[in-house]
Amino acid sequence: MVDFWQIIQNAGVELISPTTAAYALAALGLAIHFGFTGLVNFGQAGFMAIGAYGYGISTLTFHFPVWGAVLVGIGASIVFALILGVPTLRLRADYLSIVTIAAAEILRLIFTTNTLEAVTGSADGLSGYKGGFADLNPIPDGTYGFGPWTMNAYDLWLRIVAWTIVIIACLLAWQLMRSPWGRVVKGIREDEDAVRALGKNVYFYKMQSLILGGVFGTIAGMIFILPRAIVPANYATTLTFFIYTILLLGGAATILGPVVGSIIFWVLLSAVSGFVARAQAAGWFDLIGMSSVQAGQTRFILVGIVLMLLVIFRPQGIFGNKKELAFVK
Amino acid sequence: MEVTGLIDRRWTRPLVALFAILIVALTLGGGLSASADSINDDSDWQIKGNVKNDGEPLGGVLISVSGNGFTGEVKTGDDGKWSVGVPEGGKYTITLDESTLPKGVIVTDKDGVVIPPTREVEFGATKTALSNYFLGVGVRETTSFFDQFIQRIFTGLSFGLLLALAAVGLSLIFGTTGLNNFAHAEMVTFGALATLTFAVDFAWPLWAALIVAIVLSGAFGFVLDAGLWRPLRRKGVGLIPMMIVSIGLSLALRYLYQYLYGGSTRQLPGADGADLKFGPISLSPLDLLSMGISILAVIGVAFFLLRTRLGKATRAVSDNVSLAAASGIDVDRVIRIVWVIGGALAGLSGILFAFYRPGVSWDMGFQILLLIFAAVTLGGLGTAFGAVVGSIVVGLFIEISTLWIPSDMKYVGALVILILVLLVRPQGILGRKERIG
Amino acid sequence: MSSDVKPTKGSPVKSVDMHVGEIVPGVPKKDPIIVADHVTRTFGGLTAVDVDHVEIPRNAITALIGPNGAGKTTFFNLLTGFDKPDTGKWTFMGKSLAGIPSFRVARLGQVRTFQLTKALSLLTVLDNMKLGAKGQKGENMFVALLPWLWRKQEEEIEAKAMELLARFKLDTKAEDYAASLSGGQRKLLEMARALMSDPTLVMLDEPMAGVNPALTQSLLDHILDLKTQGMTVLFVEHDMQMVRHIADWVIVMAEGKIVAEGPPDAVMSNPAVIDAYLGSHHDQDLGEDPDQEKENVNAIKELLDADDKS
Repeated sequence: MVDFWQIIQNAGVELISPTTAAYALAALGLAIHFGFTGLVNFGQAGFMAIGAYGYGISTLTFHFPVWGAVLVGIGASIVFALILGVPTLRLRADYLSIVTIAAAEILRLIFTTNTLEAVTGSADGLSGYKGGFADLNPIPDGTYGFGPWTMNAYDLWLRIVAWTIVIIACLLAWQLMRSPWGRVVKGIREDEDAVRALGKNVYFYKMQSLILGGVFGTIAGMIFILPRAIVPANYATTLTFFIYTILLLGGAATILGPVVGSIIFWVLLSAVSGFVARAQAAGWFDLIGMSSVQAGQTRFILVGIVLMLLVIFRPQGIFGNKKELAFVK
Repeated sequence: MEVTGLIDRRWTRPLVALFAILIVALTLGGGLSASADSINDDSDWQIKGNVKNDGEPLGGVLISVSGNGFTGEVKTGDDGKWSVGVPEGGKYTITLDESTLPKGVIVTDKDGVVIPPTREVEFGATKTALSNYFLGVGVRETTSFFDQFIQRIFTGLSFGLLLALAAVGLSLIFGTTGLNNFAHAEMVTFGALATLTFAVDFAWPLWAALIVAIVLSGAFGFVLDAGLWRPLRRKGVGLIPMMIVSIGLSLALRYLYQYLYGGSTRQLPGADGADLKFGPISLSPLDLLSMGISILAVIGVAFFLLRTRLGKATRAVSDNVSLAAASGIDVDRVIRIVWVIGGALAGLSGILFAFYRPGVSWDMGFQILLLIFAAVTLGGLGTAFGAVVGSIVVGLFIEISTLWIPSDMKYVGALVILILVLLVRPQGILGRKERIG
Repeated sequence: MSSDVKPTKGSPVKSVDMHVGEIVPGVPKKDPIIVADHVTRTFGGLTAVDVDHVEIPRNAITALIGPNGAGKTTFFNLLTGFDKPDTGKWTFMGKSLAGIPSFRVARLGQVRTFQLTKALSLLTVLDNMKLGAKGQKGENMFVALLPWLWRKQEEEIEAKAMELLARFKLDTKAEDYAASLSGGQRKLLEMARALMSDPTLVMLDEPMAGVNPALTQSLLDHILDLKTQGMTVLFVEHDMQMVRHIADWVIVMAEGKIVAEGPPDAVMSNPAVIDAYLGSHHDQDLGEDPDQEKENVNAIKELLDADDKS
């Protein structure tokens, strides 16, 4: 029989998991780009990869302390944003999308190549960088929490840090978007020539937005690797598309949308794939001849379909104001 | 459930083992992960072999294994043995690094005939694959730089031309509808999968399978337009939302392919023809046929666009939709035909790509999607002939650049070129100079 | 949409006698605000603008007229930094503007509107207005995070915006999205938004295009108002009635060149202008779009037909 309680418990884990927090933060960065400024960034995976490798390489190769590694990652992502932005932010929106998706792939290929294996670990990636972060943990060893949220001191520490960062980022974004700065970037989303005619340096604001959302993505990339290892295959274009799904689920031009979108995405994904896997094992899908491997693949098919349906039928997301649609033009 | 994010669960265990080895290697100061004679011992799938120099085991020889997204390196032990655990079955490429051999010794076969140090192994019925190396004294004939260069130009041209087929379709669709169609990759894969189904699973003759596959690819384009894109256009969905819909469609289709066809790479019949020698260039008849077909298809499209009424209507729609509609052109019909042509071209491109790689796999189109986009952007967004030029530039650049950069970085070069060209000439190579900002 | 509107309320006296010497294209002005020399712009072999010399008088309303494709909007774009000329230079209040990006041009006090209205649809009308204000501290990303540094300025801007909105009779719409406004209201909003920056020169690109006749009167009054308040206005327009009523000076462009200029009545009765350029459309609306469209459509039809025969 299908153990529904177990499925619910597993889904519950995702509610506060650091992965959910990382995706929420990356989606918030994308909300700043896409939802508020109208920048079609398809390279958020690249920003996350920079966070992951920036942190990992500074720690493993250069033995930087945690704060140093974090700064290296953020610095690298600012440079990356500048490289992306300088040639494209003056051009039509499609160009940014193509250049960002290409740049993210370039990064992934560079991190994957055998040539740089000594530093990047090639296709195997990196691990063993978590010591510094674990050493900062003030929580004594032991078991904490209850039910599906039972965890050790490291996991608790990681969740506290991850979600604190998400909350701070939300507050920052919220304050920015209700300020005159936010008014300018939202104006740029609507019509950048009009904003230019009002004496605003549009290029400069777009660059600021690209950097800010990119830094959010980079920090998300660091949170993402703390419960796992760095594997270059994780930073493929699909990651960016998942973040778009999350963003559109919650609402592109909202602050809380990305967070709630990420929670719903991961809880649902876990529940659905848990259900399909267990139902398959229980023989529910024997009629259509589904194997266990196929059961694992259904979730990706579902994500694709959900993304399409969202854009077509509820483009403003769950939290979005029907009227304030970032992309309905 | 342990949180694994996007990492495939099967990967977790071997990876942990790998990292353990990596850390040991790093802390020993070696910085190389290849100091062991075996890696990923606990993986179910193992590739094993030994290296013998004139019958004697040879240690410290570097062997690298790559394939199915996996790469790994080992050094043979003193007994000459090595083993590499890989995540899944299928085909892998094995290379013996001859620079780690004693001087004057190279890879030979059992009889001492010099053979290349790179070979492929495929898992058969068991989860263990064997690949033994015999060494002997000999001299490897190296191709001169110039000969290699010429060879690369031809390979690049062949690749560029097959890219062009997909790129022209993408460009026509972009020109007439404004859609950046990310699902074009899956239209490419569709052609290859359809051929595989008919030629291998149904065992039809190849030519019949090819024709059916191309017709089905065109029909696939028609279905996509009639079932999805036309209703969306009617609904007045904006271009960026449409682009995101195409991303969703791409994800759904790609994993549906994986669901239906599995994750392995399968070969089309006739993929292994003998090579013909033309001076320094060795080409298989298939390469030549592929280039010929591509050129014919491109000429066909050019004829269609320049010489037929429908082609002119297509250009008029690309130029200005409302104007074309006002002059009595049935815009919906033009777009429908563009989707059919785009689908058929993408399918053909996928078939040729399956012979070029070689092999058919569920994500083969997605692997070249960015190159197709790069080609279209390089040539100038929305110009069909620009897409051809852009594709050939991308194909040539990718192949020729491997003379200097590692082959696993060859796509990097093409994408860097894309960004650089946009810096200097945002309208692309053949694009009209107009206000793009 | 030929309109019979006339300025209603105490409209300012028409400025006269602004030029020096004989009236010829490029005549010097006594007090020019813009002086342009040798400005050319080509698009792939086609010369869109080729202005040898032109001066725009200060504190007056100047109309820029001419048939479609005459280069009026391109010239506008060049003057405001939205396009780059192939050659030429021009000054605004004695300061050279060549090569200056559009946003700087705006900051210098030369603000424009667009032919196709650019209301920022998903911002409220009030936010549209506030965006127009210059020198906002809170537009700096770091200052934006510290609201106490900009809140007072924000209140002042809001008060000013509400005052302007009241003048343009949009105050009841302040909290609505700009997307909900009618075409004419958007034109008004765009003009009001431009005024938020206290410009010296207001450049209006076809302010009457697509405006409901009921609103044209009020738009006209607003334009005259600008002059009363000491601003200079340069506008592109097709409606000859309107040009005649409110313009102090008219500049005629055709095929990229300035072909005539002078006080409205003189220019309109200039036989050269009527014959060579206004033709039979004299006194009619010169909104040539339908004609032009028809021409293009015919061109495509011919292309297709020729093809059929071959």
